[in-house]
Amino acid sequence: MGHPARIAELVDTLALFSRMERIDYLISVADRFREVPESIARRPFPENHKVPACESEAYMWAEKLADQTLKLHFAVENPQGISAKAMAVILDENLSGESLEDLAGLSGDVVYDVFGRELSMGKSMGLMGMVSMVSGSAKKLKRTLTEGAL
Amino acid sequence: MSDIESRGYAQPDVLVSSDWVAAHLSDPNVRLVESNEDPLVYPSGHIAGAVEVDWTRDLNDQLRRDYLDKDGFEKLASRIGITPETTVVFYGDKNNWWACYAYWVFQLFGHRNAKVMDGGRLKWHKEGRDFVRDQPSYQATAYAAPARDDSKIRAFRDQVMVHAEQQLPLVDVRSPEEYSGERLHMPDFPNEGALRGGHIPGAKSVPWARAIDPDDGTFLTAPALAAIYQDEQGLDPSDNVVAYCRIGERSSHTWFVLTHLLGFGNVRNYDGSWTEWGNLVGAPIER
Repeated sequence: MGHPARIAELVDTLALFSRMERIDYLISVADRFREVPESIARRPFPENHKVPACESEAYMWAEKLADQTLKLHFAVENPQGISAKAMAVILDENLSGESLEDLAGLSGDVVYDVFGRELSMGKSMGLMGMVSMVSGSAKKLKRTLTEGAL
Repeated sequence: MSDIESRGYAQPDVLVSSDWVAAHLSDPNVRLVESNEDPLVYPSGHIAGAVEVDWTRDLNDQLRRDYLDKDGFEKLASRIGITPETTVVFYGDKNNWWACYAYWVFQLFGHRNAKVMDGGRLKWHKEGRDFVRDQPSYQATAYAAPARDDSKIRAFRDQVMVHAEQQLPLVDVRSPEEYSGERLHMPDFPNEGALRGGHIPGAKSVPWARAIDPDDGTFLTAPALAAIYQDEQGLDPSDNVVAYCRIGERSSHTWFVLTHLLGFGNVRNYDGSWTEWGNLVGAPIER
């Protein structure tokens, strides 16, 4: 299964980049990171929003919008968590407001497709954890909506 | 007496403080080397004048599973503008995990003029010190390195097999879940994984990060380290010790602690580690 349209477009673009161009791009993306607004969550952040296996101590919230889509929010507690911040921005900018099917079907391959193949296993696991929390939230909302319609 | 000297380490001169680094930013005889797990960290900001040494591209052979050879090390040293006389100060993310790995590889080529900045990036950041994005370039040097010497601080699987059979001390520095065999690797990411889980028979479980104060990334004092490795685990500085993890990076941190901070005289890092042992046909495993 392919990536959602906007993610696929990003992956295609990144494939044309050199290693340094990709790194520079991802750093510029990380610079756009904005932490979860206080209207959604405040410290101490609840453990059930903590991304599993993420050493950058990332947290994720999926805000249900009126059109039954999700707005993604993140916090990254480790100041060195540049990749986690970049991943958070990519997931938010490309998947917030998209269909639940797109989010639920998101594949972990997106991590390697965006960051390249030289990620260590530890780093991959954390970023995969972010992807998995996004898809899990979409699946949960889909299930809730389906049960509500019955 | 400085804070580092007061901690009772066997070789306190292998560590420098962030204050020391700040005072030597313009010292031409000092080269700061940043080594991280995350390839985005150095380009996003580093200590002024620091060069990056990347654990995958710079320290490892790009074809075989092995470290760079003499020629590769000389090219790396030339690129970062060091000579054997240059004081190389390593630091990085993850409480200097990768900095210690780079330090250890440099020791395979006998670069003794090397130190680690205590606390790494975390402490520098917490102290509010500057990071810059300008990437420095240094005049290439001619560095005549000796052939890589794997005999003293590196262990290979056949040696580890004998070591385990002789019931000599082994330290498994992975997480308790990896030690117990509960976790092998992330699904779909078998590149650093293994077919079998558990640990080398007889190995003691001492996760590497126990040697660190998590608040600022600095090493624990010598008495606190001795309480873990000697009092709790029964190791002795005269022991012949092999440390291992998954690919030999975390265990290089423990190698640094045992060798330099506690003064163990015979510690080797088994860099084949669990990705080799856990895939090795017939190798004994304990859970």
